[in-house]
Amino acid sequence: METTQQTESKIIELKPFADEMVVNMGPQHPSTHGVLRLELKLDGEVVREAIPHIGYLHRCFEKHSENLSYPQIIPFTDRMDYVAAMNQNWGFCLAVEKLMETDESRNFEVPERAEYLRVLICELNRIASHLLSFGTYGMDIGAFTPFLYAFRDRERLLLLFEKVCGARLTYNYIRIGGVSEIIPMEPGSIAEQNFLDEIEAFLDYFEPLIDEYNDLLTKNSIFAERTTRVAVMSAEMALSYGATGPNLRGSGVDWDLRRDEPYSIYDRFDFDVPVAVDVPELGSVVGDCWSRYKIRMDEMKESVRIVRQILAEGLPSGPVMADLKAVRPPQGEIYFRSEAPRGELGFYIVSDGTPKPVRLKGRSPCFSALSALQELSRGLMVADIIAIIGSIDIVMGEVDR
Amino acid sequence: MSDFRAMLASPHFNVSESFFPNINLQDGLNWAEEFIQNVVLPRLPEAVASHFPVELGTVLVMFACAGIFVGVFPLLPLVLVLAERKVSARFQNRTGPMRVGPWGVLQTLADGVKLLFKEDYIPPQGDRFLFLLAPYVIFACSFAVFAAIPFSQSILVSDFNIGIFYIMAISSVIVMGVIMAGWSSNSKWSLLGSLRSAAQIVSYEIPLGLSILTIVMLVESLSMSEIVASQSNGIFSWLIFRTPFTFIAFFIFFISSIAEVNRTPFDLPEAESEIVAGFHTEYSGMRFALFFIAEYANMFAVSAIAVTLFLGGWEGVLPGYDILGGFPGFVIKSLGLVFLMMWLRWTLPRLRVDQLMNLCWKYFIPIAFFNILGTGIWGLIFPEDTLISTSISCAIIYIGLIAAYKVAGRTLAQRPAPQPS
Amino acid sequence: MKPEEIYEVLTKQFGEAVLGFDTELAGDPSIRIAPSAITDVCQYLAETDTLAFDSLMCLSGADLSAKDEEFAVVYHIYAMQHRHSIVLKAMVPKTNPHLPSVSHIWKTADWHEREAYDLYGILFEGHQDLRRILLPDDWDGYPLRKDYKEPEFYRGMRVPY
Repeated sequence: METTQQTESKIIELKPFADEMVVNMGPQHPSTHGVLRLELKLDGEVVREAIPHIGYLHRCFEKHSENLSYPQIIPFTDRMDYVAAMNQNWGFCLAVEKLMETDESRNFEVPERAEYLRVLICELNRIASHLLSFGTYGMDIGAFTPFLYAFRDRERLLLLFEKVCGARLTYNYIRIGGVSEIIPMEPGSIAEQNFLDEIEAFLDYFEPLIDEYNDLLTKNSIFAERTTRVAVMSAEMALSYGATGPNLRGSGVDWDLRRDEPYSIYDRFDFDVPVAVDVPELGSVVGDCWSRYKIRMDEMKESVRIVRQILAEGLPSGPVMADLKAVRPPQGEIYFRSEAPRGELGFYIVSDGTPKPVRLKGRSPCFSALSALQELSRGLMVADIIAIIGSIDIVMGEVDR
Repeated sequence: MSDFRAMLASPHFNVSESFFPNINLQDGLNWAEEFIQNVVLPRLPEAVASHFPVELGTVLVMFACAGIFVGVFPLLPLVLVLAERKVSARFQNRTGPMRVGPWGVLQTLADGVKLLFKEDYIPPQGDRFLFLLAPYVIFACSFAVFAAIPFSQSILVSDFNIGIFYIMAISSVIVMGVIMAGWSSNSKWSLLGSLRSAAQIVSYEIPLGLSILTIVMLVESLSMSEIVASQSNGIFSWLIFRTPFTFIAFFIFFISSIAEVNRTPFDLPEAESEIVAGFHTEYSGMRFALFFIAEYANMFAVSAIAVTLFLGGWEGVLPGYDILGGFPGFVIKSLGLVFLMMWLRWTLPRLRVDQLMNLCWKYFIPIAFFNILGTGIWGLIFPEDTLISTSISCAIIYIGLIAAYKVAGRTLAQRPAPQPS
Repeated sequence: MKPEEIYEVLTKQFGEAVLGFDTELAGDPSIRIAPSAITDVCQYLAETDTLAFDSLMCLSGADLSAKDEEFAVVYHIYAMQHRHSIVLKAMVPKTNPHLPSVSHIWKTADWHEREAYDLYGILFEGHQDLRRILLPDDWDGYPLRKDYKEPEFYRGMRVPY
């Protein structure tokens, strides 16, 4: 009886007198950023192995999508990376639009005003996302105060998003062919001017604060000691694991889709792509946790720059939605990736010409980046695991989909 | 007893100072007996007084005194918890608790009541006896420390001749409670936290003790009141300024005592983001509250000890004047150090366990040994505390501070990289 | 390099293992590869200097129709250096879906192959640690197959709600 049971079910082997202790970190743990479960094999404080187990937040996004029309899928993308939902909406819409553009008989184009609004909102959303990442990383390392500073500033951004789409977290704002008109904002109206003024006020308030946060946390020597030279991810390793976005740039690869494969209207703006370099005065080397974190701090400044350029130009007038009878992409397939705050968000869509996709796969940046955790964490300490998870900045909603 | 009566009769007598009469433990019973004989019995009717059980009364009086002691000091953590919440709120652009009572001053009381009514959960797989015992061990030890702290010339429970030694001994027992709590919870996080705590407290006790030793060498006494009495000539006679070595020793002492009481940046044993809550993860309700109260009592206790040893205790800034002196001065100085601890907590991140040990064993302990050596040599050169020795000491401290400011920031970066093992 | 040129190179190198080049549908053109040759082709793509495909953007399984006899495994590969991309497709029979793993070439494939296994039941031979990733270990069936019927109960809980 016993032997049959052993062969049937998985028996986890435990050696009570070995030096190794198996600890489950998560799914309920203060700093696994959601419901990530890590199976830690500990030798005292040293981690022999950290095996990530995911799927606790699996919501069958891909299966649902096969039974929904394209516009109906957009709210589901909100729930993927709920911290930067605007960018997720946009990534999906871009993929569908790309597929629809191949059908030349339709003559379909996203209006100019919508493109500006998209860039404006998504860059603000990027700031909000990086702020959250900054705050929670501080908390992971043990400093509680930056977390509340970050939330204070993020709150102002959420109020802006609320003004434009009525929601604070799951926006469903960017639609296929434009942006949502649920709260009308006439071109040149007082409402539009107020909205832009508010953004400008926020930028004026927020830009100096980035330096303050750098002084408070980034350059703090305890913080630097905790994060520099920890879990160094080489450029080859980052590429091989498919780490993208700030994680890839943190490994010293100069790569940003917004600049290198410009989509939408990013080619019209002037911005730099921060890339990690060695910082000897803090002891940081390219590819460590500190570099990955620092990229996000620098990216906030670049996002501010882009938004300022839009504010200087002003929003063009015109409609915000393309003239679409129905969203019905031609038969075919597309893979399109865009630069979300956490890296390259790709959507692989197979269409058979009906209003519903045959296959939709979301390639989430966190999913790939998290797979590097096992290799990165080997031989480090328990506290370093937390530092790694925070520095690759995962959102479990996106990992598990 | 005669002291007590003399004090009551003295012209300097005032109510706050006599709140806790100066009692020596060995005299305690005598005092209580005389209290009954001289104060209680004359006020009783003749018939009752002749049959009054004096021995029992003596014990009751002792218990009453202890009751006052135990009853008053837990109020201190209540105030400190509120203070921490308010201070952290100010650091973080918040208001802190505002709803319970005016400006939320009753918040901690309300929290305490809430904790009293919470379920007292005991892990069924754990070691029940140790689990129940652990909070009391920690609680008792952290309050026993107060017995030897001289709040003022007359407000001290007991003036041991080995006061500081007693404090060291008692505060070391806390680690026993921590290990008991961690082990008996039958939780891996608790165990990790308690072992971290044990390693940390045992390690940091060494620089702590060595720093105290420099003081003991200068004062040539272990008695807390004698240490204070030796600092009675104004701010420059405070032991922190007496020699450059005690100046260094103060910082080692203060930082080590932050590590002793497990606060950021040394809060690894209860690092929320790493090991959930460390050794008290499994505790709830009033038992958790006991840990909490003990933590804040400890915080005040180590500040009070630092004030006693280095910052003049209840002696004032100027000789002969009562500025920052007496009981209020002592409390203000201690609360100042507590505020410093809170400031650090809400600003700094947390160290990793190997960095924590590095700091202790590679930096603090060698420096502390150097301090002892230096203090000894200083004592040979300046056997008496004179104006010249104090001036030289202050000059060296001033120059040293400027030099330290110039090189600070560079040293941390030059440490070797942590190698994955 | 354009996809057509890459197709030329691959046909020259591998001959019959390269089954065709699909351009007639909208969107990305893709090169069909025989499943058994996929590792060799990927190895060649990754290691040849003129191609230098150093990142696997996405690896997906796909079941295009319940009537089809085959699953598709789609590889979206990108070369950072030359900035060109290519889509490879391997069709595996539904009755016995298996093909060699590419997880030793690009580590991204590790978890993506596990996901394809989890949701489609495609077996990747040579994968180090092929087990379910998103679904519970004891889940029955492969949900993204078009003929998938959700179970009535999972551990006593009703599944269709």
